[in-house]
Amino acid sequence: MDPIAPLSKVGEWGPNALIIAAGLLGVGFGFVLERAGFGNARTLAGQWYGYNFAVLRVMFTAIVVAMVGLFGLWYLGVVDLSAVYVNDTFLWPQIVGGVIFGIGFGVGQYCPGTAVVACATGKIDAITFMGGFFVGLIAFFFSYDTIAPFYASSSMGRVMLHEWLGVPAGVVVLAVVVVALGAFGLTHVIDRRFALKRGTS
Amino acid sequence: MSAPENQDAVVPPAVEATVPTPVVPAEVVAAPTPAVAPEVALAPEPVPEVPVATSKVQPQPYWNSYVAGVALGLVLLAAFVVTGRGLGASGAVTRMAAYSLQSLEASVKGGTAAAGDTIARRNEYTGQYLKGPADPLDDFLVYMFIGVVAGGFISGVLSRRASFEIARGPHTTNMRRLAFAALGGFISAYGARLARGCTSGQALTGGATLALGSWAFMFAVFAGGYAIAYFVRKEWL
Repeated sequence: MDPIAPLSKVGEWGPNALIIAAGLLGVGFGFVLERAGFGNARTLAGQWYGYNFAVLRVMFTAIVVAMVGLFGLWYLGVVDLSAVYVNDTFLWPQIVGGVIFGIGFGVGQYCPGTAVVACATGKIDAITFMGGFFVGLIAFFFSYDTIAPFYASSSMGRVMLHEWLGVPAGVVVLAVVVVALGAFGLTHVIDRRFALKRGTS
Repeated sequence: MSAPENQDAVVPPAVEATVPTPVVPAEVVAAPTPAVAPEVALAPEPVPEVPVATSKVQPQPYWNSYVAGVALGLVLLAAFVVTGRGLGASGAVTRMAAYSLQSLEASVKGGTAAAGDTIARRNEYTGQYLKGPADPLDDFLVYMFIGVVAGGFISGVLSRRASFEIARGPHTTNMRRLAFAALGGFISAYGARLARGCTSGQALTGGATLALGSWAFMFAVFAGGYAIAYFVRKEWL
């Protein structure tokens, strides 16, 4: 059977339908981020100091669920994977940008999505985070000419892990599930260590 | 919400700890609203021992992390299935910054600059949003951003977590926290633009679609975060 999704592409939706879809998805996104505790920097900081692994658990669970769902639906012929947007790879800018982003995350204890939710629930530190973010964007704009060659470097286009490794998609999907489960287990071992330490001291 | 129901679902330790008013149970139970119910049913499935392991450090009203993860994963999957795109946050803010820059210059110089040659239009990066007839704010990610604000607010109000406060560690000052947050925002904005996305657009969305560069980004974020954590530990420990 022919794929029926992505619905907006197969059904050739107009702009208004997409606007409504984007808004509703955003509501779900913001709602869940807040429920996960990500509207508060204290939850997010726990990731780096080992007192709360919500960031890793929520993120990897979400990746696994969405990945298994997406590739499962593709396997069943429901989703046309080639019509799903996959981020283009610019390897080195993404690695360097990732490290810088991680440093900013560690200093500010928000990322853009969580800061927006935290602002929406009145966290004043999230408001200054967004202020800094805004200024950081302006700084990027005005330094763009200088860094443009690096920004455009190591361009690899649309590359998925299994294509890069030359293995079937299922192998990578399974590997990600296994790694995620291993990471979850590890966080619980660390939790137990912390609990023991507190109990004995 | 009726009182007897509340008592069934209450988590005792958190009750005394939060607010010493007679209505306290309502605060704690506020989380299981109608919207939440389907997710709560999933709670025992992923890893049952979690609530025990985290109950000491994590405020009870939040969802269990695996429940929240499944819910977030379903939102992301819905985005793929419905729109063929994922979730994003920093893209919308980038457009707003470009738009603000343009508007600021236009308002300082007067009406003529709006149509003509401005710094923001000449800039190679912001120019991509501002050249051409399209409204830079008429974009999928901007509408999603509005939704995120609404969704976060709705959840915060329903769970009575929406209040003006500064989230900080126990041994730092409010001013230090606000300054660190602003500095962190500045740094992460630069990183997000260089990497073409943030935790949502790259790590989450790119991670689930198995994009090579997004996985590299994700590990780089964790590396950067852990590398800096030691130096700013006094803000949180």
